[in-house]
Amino acid sequence: MMMLSFRRKTLRGASALLALLIAMPATAQLSVDVTNPVESDLRIAIPAMPTQQNVETPAGSTDSLGQRIAEVIANDLRGSGLFTPLGPNGVQRPTMPEVTSPVFERWSAMNAEALVQGFVRSAGGDSQITVGCYLYDVALGTELARQGYVVAPRDWRRAAHRCADLVYSRLTGESPFFDSRIAYIAETGPKDNRVKRLAIMDSDGANHRFITNGQSLALTPRWSPDYRSIAYVSYVGRNVRIYIYDVDQGRQRTLLETSGAIFAPRWSPDGRTLLFSKSSGANTDIYKIPVAGGQPVRLTNTPGINVGGSFSPDGTRIVFESDRSGGQQIYVMNADGSNQRRISFGGGRYATPEWSPRGDLIAFTKIAGNFRVGVMDINGGNERLLTNGWQDEAPTWSPNGRVLQFFRTAAGRSGNSSIWQVDLTGVNERKIVTPVDGSDPSWGPLLQ
Amino acid sequence: MRKTSLLLLVSSAALALSACAKKAPEALPPPPADTAPPPAPTPTPTPTGPTPGSQADFIASVTSDRIFFDTDMSDVDDEDRAVLRSQAEWLMRYPNKRVTIEGHADERGTREYNLALGERRANAAKNYLASLGIDAGRINTISYGKERPVALGSDEASWAQNRRAVTVTVD
Repeated sequence: MMMLSFRRKTLRGASALLALLIAMPATAQLSVDVTNPVESDLRIAIPAMPTQQNVETPAGSTDSLGQRIAEVIANDLRGSGLFTPLGPNGVQRPTMPEVTSPVFERWSAMNAEALVQGFVRSAGGDSQITVGCYLYDVALGTELARQGYVVAPRDWRRAAHRCADLVYSRLTGESPFFDSRIAYIAETGPKDNRVKRLAIMDSDGANHRFITNGQSLALTPRWSPDYRSIAYVSYVGRNVRIYIYDVDQGRQRTLLETSGAIFAPRWSPDGRTLLFSKSSGANTDIYKIPVAGGQPVRLTNTPGINVGGSFSPDGTRIVFESDRSGGQQIYVMNADGSNQRRISFGGGRYATPEWSPRGDLIAFTKIAGNFRVGVMDINGGNERLLTNGWQDEAPTWSPNGRVLQFFRTAAGRSGNSSIWQVDLTGVNERKIVTPVDGSDPSWGPLLQ
Repeated sequence: MRKTSLLLLVSSAALALSACAKKAPEALPPPPADTAPPPAPTPTPTPTGPTPGSQADFIASVTSDRIFFDTDMSDVDDEDRAVLRSQAEWLMRYPNKRVTIEGHADERGTREYNLALGERRANAAKNYLASLGIDAGRINTISYGKERPVALGSDEASWAQNRRAVTVTVD
């Protein structure tokens, strides 16, 4: 996707917000505090986008794309829990000239604090479409940000996510995250014979695709940092494999195979190394291996179950799980296995640690009665539990380190599992809609 | 065969006497509605019984094809040893047969830890069979973690049935 930089007619975004804060304290609310969403529910108008000339594309007419793009933007922002979108249904679609010269009175009349407008342009047919995205402060009547995106018609949703990301990051000060994808395990069938298939989808559940057909049990997928591959575990006959699935080619290769237990594949940030866990006798240890293939190197070497692993964003350290002290606890080591030390000391057990892409927090599953998802800082302090299900498990970070997805299993004979999302406040929690049950979500980085 | 039946009787009796018995679904009261039916009772072998050396013959010959574990544990106790001895006897009778031991965990654990725990349990069973003189090379292990429960309830009785290591013959 190509991003355009439109010439700004008005102040640059940061200066505009600064001016806003100085001039009118009453409108200082036009920034959203991700740590206090209850007071930050910002009303934002998102009308359908007009088009200069309505032409047909493989993804539908530019007229209908203008409507659907606005719907995706509204859905993204609503799903973050930080915004109250107005439109696109029930609000007036602006004319093309109004996109760059909004009729602010119309939007202030509906108590909108912010306004997202844009346009869709195409030469028709298979040619790329251009989507413009403009963010305005309604009270001040100023432009806060603008971007343009040039995408293939089939990628129109990415332009919408990028526009939502522009709005989110401009108003929260956080990094964007909507334009990203999830790999997960789609589950069907009875609890004692679940069919588990590898599947992928956009961060909002769209563009859903089953990858495997369910004949082999598939578990614990992880996106490669470049989205080209997915590492996952599969049972083939009476052996277990770690596969590297090539998303574009639709092919996979076996990186590792064993009878016994080999599992928990994890990518290094540069995408060249894979961590995995392997059992030998009563012990399980964490190893690393070049993704291209090669000799595994063992990183842990203590009695007990050492499992999982998640790299710090700079690739120098690994957070992992070990029961060497009795129950499951969280440990950190250097990427070469040296300097292993425990960081979790609260009551109960801790599992599935995941290092935030921002580097500042560790997400985990806490086992103390029920299973809950929480976060702590990288030295183990300031533990906070964010969810309260019967069994919430295996958090995965959004690209900006502000939101987590995890899976929730229901008690009883159904065994139903579902993917949920929660932000760092713990307030904004919602279920991600999937075609069938879901578990083991893996949230990839921001798309390039 | 006779000895096998006796073992079954002995272990059942021991269970009935043991107030804090950790397992043995066969000896539990009727399972709650939320629970899968227990394994079919071991049929008495007859001259026209299963093909010698087959999986059916294995099931018919051994005290049980599975042993059970306490929460988060993988140690093999007296009752488990009795079961595994019956399996070892069969394996000695059919020295060309191989087995896979499938390790399992209950649902109250995280997925990956349970894969390791299931392997630990399968390995505990394997080690005991090896200590009885069975060539370890005839025994593979595999862990299913919590992915393949036999009892569907979310209660202690179901979990007790699911924390298991099951020996399966390989053709």
